[in-house]
Amino acid sequence: MPVIEMEQVLIPHVREPNSFTLDFYLAHGGYAALKTALGRTPDEIIEMVKASGLRGRGGAGFPTGMKWQFVDKKIEPRYIVCNADESEPGTFKDHLLMERNPHLLVEGCAIGCYAIGARTAYIYIRGEFHHVQRHLERAIEEAYAAGYLGRDILGSGFDCDVFVHRGAGAYEAGEETALLESLEGKRAQPRNKPPVPAVAGLYGKPSAVNNVETLCNVPIVVSRGVEWYTSIGPEKNGGPKLYCVSGHVKRPGVYEATMNITLRELVEGRAGGVRDGRTLKAVIPGGSSVPILLPDQLDTQASFDGVQRAGSLLGSAAIVVLDDTTCMVWLAENLLHFYRHESCGKCTPCREGTDWLHKILARIERGEGQMSDLDLLASISRNVGGKTLCAFGDAAITPVVTTLKHFRDEYEAHVREGRCTRPAPWRARHLVGAH
Amino acid sequence: MSFHAKMAYDATFQKSARELAPDDAPFAYTPENRARLDAILERYPADRKRSAVLPALYLVQYQQGYITPGAMRAVAEALAITPADVEDVVSYYTMFHTRPVGKYVLNVCRTLSCAVNGAGRVVEELCAKLGIRPGETDPTGTFTLVEVECLGACDRAPVVMVNDAWHECLDPAAAGRLVDDLRARGEAALSGCLHKVEEQ
Repeated sequence: MPVIEMEQVLIPHVREPNSFTLDFYLAHGGYAALKTALGRTPDEIIEMVKASGLRGRGGAGFPTGMKWQFVDKKIEPRYIVCNADESEPGTFKDHLLMERNPHLLVEGCAIGCYAIGARTAYIYIRGEFHHVQRHLERAIEEAYAAGYLGRDILGSGFDCDVFVHRGAGAYEAGEETALLESLEGKRAQPRNKPPVPAVAGLYGKPSAVNNVETLCNVPIVVSRGVEWYTSIGPEKNGGPKLYCVSGHVKRPGVYEATMNITLRELVEGRAGGVRDGRTLKAVIPGGSSVPILLPDQLDTQASFDGVQRAGSLLGSAAIVVLDDTTCMVWLAENLLHFYRHESCGKCTPCREGTDWLHKILARIERGEGQMSDLDLLASISRNVGGKTLCAFGDAAITPVVTTLKHFRDEYEAHVREGRCTRPAPWRARHLVGAH
Repeated sequence: MSFHAKMAYDATFQKSARELAPDDAPFAYTPENRARLDAILERYPADRKRSAVLPALYLVQYQQGYITPGAMRAVAEALAITPADVEDVVSYYTMFHTRPVGKYVLNVCRTLSCAVNGAGRVVEELCAKLGIRPGETDPTGTFTLVEVECLGACDRAPVVMVNDAWHECLDPAAAGRLVDDLRARGEAALSGCLHKVEEQ
C-alpha cells in the first residue's frame, strides 16, 4: 500500500498562531538543516539533493540537484534567485508557505547559496503579495539578528545575504529568464536560451532560479535524509508535495501529500468533492496552462509522471475543479482573456495570436460565431504553439486546443443556436467582451 | 500590460475627474523616501543600480499617488539610466498608475477560480454601486475599479485587492456593501489575508 497520508513537513503548523516567527520555527527544529549543511562540503549538499530526486515545484519538474550542478563554479559571483512570482491561475501554495512558514524558505535559500557557492539570494515576489512580503522580510530580519544570515554564519565562515525584490504585476515574470530581466530593472520579457541561467543568469553570472516550494524542500532533504525523502512517493516523484485545489469544491485549499495520491483523493477526499449537489465536468490538474482531464481520469496519480501519462501536466499542482454548470467556451474565453493580457509582446505569434484567439472566442461565446471559426481557432493555435521564445505560447493555446478536443459539441451549439447554451448563474450578466 | 488599446487595463482607458499634473511638474523624493531608496540600492551591486527601478517607482507612487513624467526623470537620474528606460518599465507593469486614481483602487480578480465563484457578479455590483465601469474612477475620487488577472488566492475566491490590502471570500451579492464599509471604516473594513489565524 503506497504511502499517501504522511506527517506534514512543509505546512505542519500553518494554522497555529505565530507559526511564522523565529521562536516558533526554532522550537520545531528550525535551522538544524542549515547547521548540518554547513558541516558538509557544498558538493556533498548538491549530491544529496541530486540523490533525493527533488524535482522543481514551479511547474517544469526539472531535477533541482542537476540545476545546481550545472551552475558554472568557475565564475564569481553566483546567485540563487527564488521565483516567488506565483502567478499561474489556480496556484496559491507559495503564498501560504511564505506567509505562515517563511523561515523554511529563508533556510532553503541559505543552504542553496552554500551549495552553489553564492553569497546572495534574491527572492522575487509578485507585487500583489505585499502583505506576504512583510512577513518574509520580518523573518529575514529575525534570521540576521540570530546569526542564520549575514557574516560568518554559525561560525562557519560562510556569508549569505537574502533580499526580497518586489515585482509589479506581470505573469511573464514567472518565466525564469523574464524574471531575471525584471530583477535587472527591465521589462519582464524572456531571453533566448541558451545560455541557460546556470551559465549566464542574473547580471550575466551563473545563477540557479528555484521556486519557493522547491527551496522549502531543501532543508527537509538535508534534515530527513535522502532515504526518507525518496521513500515517500513514487519512483522519481519523491518527497512531500503541496496541492492547490480550487473551483467548484466544498473545501478549497492547500493540501500536503505524497505524490502517490490520486486526483480523486484530492478532489473528492481532501477538498470534499463537488459542491451544491452538482456533478463533476472537468479537472484542470496543473494550472490554466495544461490540458483538461475528464471525470473518468480522476484515478490518475497526481505525480509529475502520473499526470503526464494521462495526457496532461502536473505543472504547479493547481487543481481547478469545474462542475456541470461550466460552459467550456466561456472557460476558454476567460483564460484567453488572461493570456492576451499577460503576453509580454516580445514574440509576434504570441502577442497577436492571443488577441485573435480571444476575439474569436468572445464572438462565439456571444453567439456571433460561425462554424468556420472553429477551424480558425485550431489554425491560429498551430501557428502560436512552439513558435515562441518561452513556453507562454504553448500555455496560451492549451485552453483552446483542449476544449476544442473534448467539448467541440459545445462550440457547435453556440454557433448553431446563436447564444451561450450554458449561462451559469454565477457568471456576470453582461455579455462577454462587452467591455 | 497590454498592447491592445481596447482592454480595460490600458492607461488611456482610465478616466478620472482628478486633474493630471503638467508634464514638466518637477519631482523630488521626500528625505525619508530618499533614505529608503538609498537603503534599497545597497541590495544590488554598485554598478547595477537599475535593478532598483521597481522599488524606486513604488516609492514615487506611495509619495504622490501616481507616476508623472517628472518623477520618471527623477528616478532615471537616481539610478543613472535614461528616462526612456524608466518609461519602458512603467508602461509594462500593471501596478503603476500613470494617471490619478481614487483613494481606494478596487482590483477585482476576474480569472477562472474567482470567476466560477462569482467575480463577474462582484464587478457588476461594484459598477452599479459606484456608477462607473471598470477602469474608471468615481466622481468623488474615492474609488477606482479595475479588473485584474489571477491574484493567487483561488481558495478564498472571489478576492479583491484594495490598494495593497486584500479582501477575501467576498459574497458577490453583498459586494456593494464593501463600498459603504470602506467609506465608513477605511481599510479596517477589509478581511485581510484569511491565513492570519491570530487576527480572526
